[in-house]
Amino acid sequence: MSTLSLAIPRPVHPSGLWNWLTTIDHKKIGVLYGVTAFIMFLSGGVEATLMRIQLTKPELDIVSAAVYNQLFTMHGTTMIFLAIMPLGAAFFNFVIPLQIGARDVAFPRLNAFSYWTFLAGAIMLKLSWIGGATDAGWFGYAPLTSVDQNPGKGIDFWIISLQVLGVASLAASFNFIVTIINMRAPGMTMMRLPLFTWMTFITAILLILAFPVITVALIELTFDRYFDFNFFNVARGGSVVLWQHLFWVFGHPEVYILILPAMGIVSEVLPVFSKKPLFGYTTVVLAGAIIAVMGWMVWSHHMFTVGLGPVANAVFTITTMLIAVPTGIKVFNWIGTIWGGSIRINTPMAFSLGFIAMFLIGGISGVMHAVSASDAQQQDTYFIPAHIHYVLFGGAIMALTSGIYYWFPKFSGKMFDEKMGMLHFWLMMIGQNVTFFPMHFVGLDGMPRRIYTYAEGMGWDLWNLVATLGVFILIAGFLVFILNMVKSWKSGPDAPGDPWDGRTLEWSIPSPPPEYNFSEIPVVKSLDDWWNTKQGGNGKAVPVSGGSGDEEHDIHLPQPSYWPLVTAIGLFIAAYGVVFNQLVVPWAIAIIGTFIGFVGVYAWSLEPVNDPDEDSAH
Amino acid sequence: MAQEHTSTAGHEEHEDTTTGLNHRKMLMWAFLGSDCMFFGSLIATYLVYQGKSLTGPLPIDVFDIPVTSVSTFVLLMSSMSMVLAYSALTRGNMKGFRIWMVSTAIMGATFIGFQVYEFSSFSTHHIHFECSEVAEKIEHGDYVKAGHDHFFQKECLDSNGLLKADHHVDEEYGLKPQTNLFGTTFFTLTGFHGAHVTLGVVWLLSIFFLSFKKGVITREKNLDVDLAALYWHFVDVVWIVIFTVVYLFGVFEGF
Repeated sequence: MSTLSLAIPRPVHPSGLWNWLTTIDHKKIGVLYGVTAFIMFLSGGVEATLMRIQLTKPELDIVSAAVYNQLFTMHGTTMIFLAIMPLGAAFFNFVIPLQIGARDVAFPRLNAFSYWTFLAGAIMLKLSWIGGATDAGWFGYAPLTSVDQNPGKGIDFWIISLQVLGVASLAASFNFIVTIINMRAPGMTMMRLPLFTWMTFITAILLILAFPVITVALIELTFDRYFDFNFFNVARGGSVVLWQHLFWVFGHPEVYILILPAMGIVSEVLPVFSKKPLFGYTTVVLAGAIIAVMGWMVWSHHMFTVGLGPVANAVFTITTMLIAVPTGIKVFNWIGTIWGGSIRINTPMAFSLGFIAMFLIGGISGVMHAVSASDAQQQDTYFIPAHIHYVLFGGAIMALTSGIYYWFPKFSGKMFDEKMGMLHFWLMMIGQNVTFFPMHFVGLDGMPRRIYTYAEGMGWDLWNLVATLGVFILIAGFLVFILNMVKSWKSGPDAPGDPWDGRTLEWSIPSPPPEYNFSEIPVVKSLDDWWNTKQGGNGKAVPVSGGSGDEEHDIHLPQPSYWPLVTAIGLFIAAYGVVFNQLVVPWAIAIIGTFIGFVGVYAWSLEPVNDPDEDSAH
Repeated sequence: MAQEHTSTAGHEEHEDTTTGLNHRKMLMWAFLGSDCMFFGSLIATYLVYQGKSLTGPLPIDVFDIPVTSVSTFVLLMSSMSMVLAYSALTRGNMKGFRIWMVSTAIMGATFIGFQVYEFSSFSTHHIHFECSEVAEKIEHGDYVKAGHDHFFQKECLDSNGLLKADHHVDEEYGLKPQTNLFGTTFFTLTGFHGAHVTLGVVWLLSIFFLSFKKGVITREKNLDVDLAALYWHFVDVVWIVIFTVVYLFGVFEGF
């Protein structure tokens, strides 16, 4: 086999830059995902801060209307595709193999490819600020994106980088579906899977079904812009509403792609710090599955004011109200979990409890605009950003932050500073409510979203000022967070293998986990197996230390590879080549990039995961 | 040791995975599920815009059902030869495997050839008829193609609205993606299907050439062929839907 691979030796770099570039260790890729996504989160935060500063007072002129349009478009796109989704992916990568008792994911090199492709898409999107970023809103409604209305490169960058990010997300999701189905430790039946793994599984299925729809919509838009096709060209009979349908058929499942992993994290944290099993495990799993199915039946509630007719509006009102039921079930289950538990309030627990409260507010305002009649008043006002920030910031970001604190000892091997963690929690809790709650008021008062300024005397002055002040509380909170993370990672006290008295398998191994995760693949006998083992319920004692080092030699880990990186670079060049297709020789750069990508794919598929020669060297 | 088994390309009877199914095969099924949504969205777009074109040519003007039936038949037969290739391999008949593999790729390439011909003939489509023939049809209340009607009104009638005797029409009436909604949706949908077939041909040929290297494709290590076959059958099934929905529904009245 090895004779077939290209005559380039395998990368063997135990540390340093090349190690990170060629790694296929799911834990390292998880860290790469997490750090990149957090940097992107900060960049989206800067965009948001600029918008809030602009809106502090009526008729300010700090940024122009044109820049403001780019700010809100880039803020939305960044937070959804470059921050929350990859933060979820960071946890999938780091946690899932540990939770199911596996040594790596099913396709380690595909995993590396997902990360590098995500990075390529992220760089491409953010660099589009040079020369003018996209300004048509994160949903890019036609005809705002048509070449007549928007001849600049901003939209092209947005389209192509979303396609690249789509490739990354799809590859990662295929990987996780196979990993979760096929790499479970013996005895780990589907109904013994930890909740976070379950929610990841459902998210991945949603993602592979939802992303092709946006891919097609973006392809159609690309053809319209590049080759004068007629998809969204009203003059030749095209319909701009078709874009809205395609976008939201993707966009609504996407909402659940963002929130289900967050719900999974909370379902892990609450039982641990309440010292109780999750209340109604089966119900929570089923509620997640029902949300995933019903998530496909509600997309037109984003389009109540388009004029689809009373029947469509009534149907989508009903389905949208129904989808609140499984969500409500989850909230009751979480409350049932902490009810009567022996509760420890620390940073991860505080964030999870905060999640429940904030997500509940967002959920309730969601049911308010589920009613199409009342939505007619709320559509395109600040009431909608208020809702979306309660579910995505108060919901997803709070839960993801809870997850960062919860698993921080596991991936860094260090304990964080609890006092600073709680300070971060209170700053964030106060900051987000000061920022986002006033948006409900100005929204119901009729302040439209996406306006770069407003006139005096509309009654919006006070609440806009308050909202802007809230941003600075949030900034203070995140500064505390960054300081805490950096300081603790560098010089925090060493973390034990099981600092929280955890329930799932990742806590049965040392912190940080060895490269091979489990020296011996565990045999699972029940839900919350590690907890039961510690209680003596399983009649066996598993040492936290992870056994002796001798077994290490018998473990064949997949080896690092250059090809995922090469393939991703090829894709990156091709993507730039499509945007700048008239540079030098038309389409030449795109063809070169595609060629590099093909070389990468061929070399990759001919390269064995494990070099037999390397193995015998042990 | 799960890692060892999953790392080799081999396709053993019993995979050492939780379900006993091979990782790559499961990934292939997941990918095909995802690809269903891809074609589903393209077909949905086609159907939403069906009959919404503001100008011709329409399906009935350009489609040549007998020709497309032949190319459809070739593609369906290629699925059968794919099955025969895989079956020959699992019986250890390498020669048979290679013959059927190449036949599959050739039939796939033939289908692509038909598509290239179709695309170019659609884009240079001509309309020609005798004015008197169409006038007769109109008189009898027979069905007149939209394109014929268009040029009949334009060229066959004089300023008084009377039929020009012995006049015949010969006009270019090409369908390009930019022409109308039918062109836009038709070329996008069938073009992406064609791209899938092309990729499949490249894949099949890659496996064919690799099979000459010793020990890469064997009776036991047949997973690569199995996966390519799954993909190939999927692309065929999609074509059955496209042929029915786009071609047959587009030409026969009542759909």
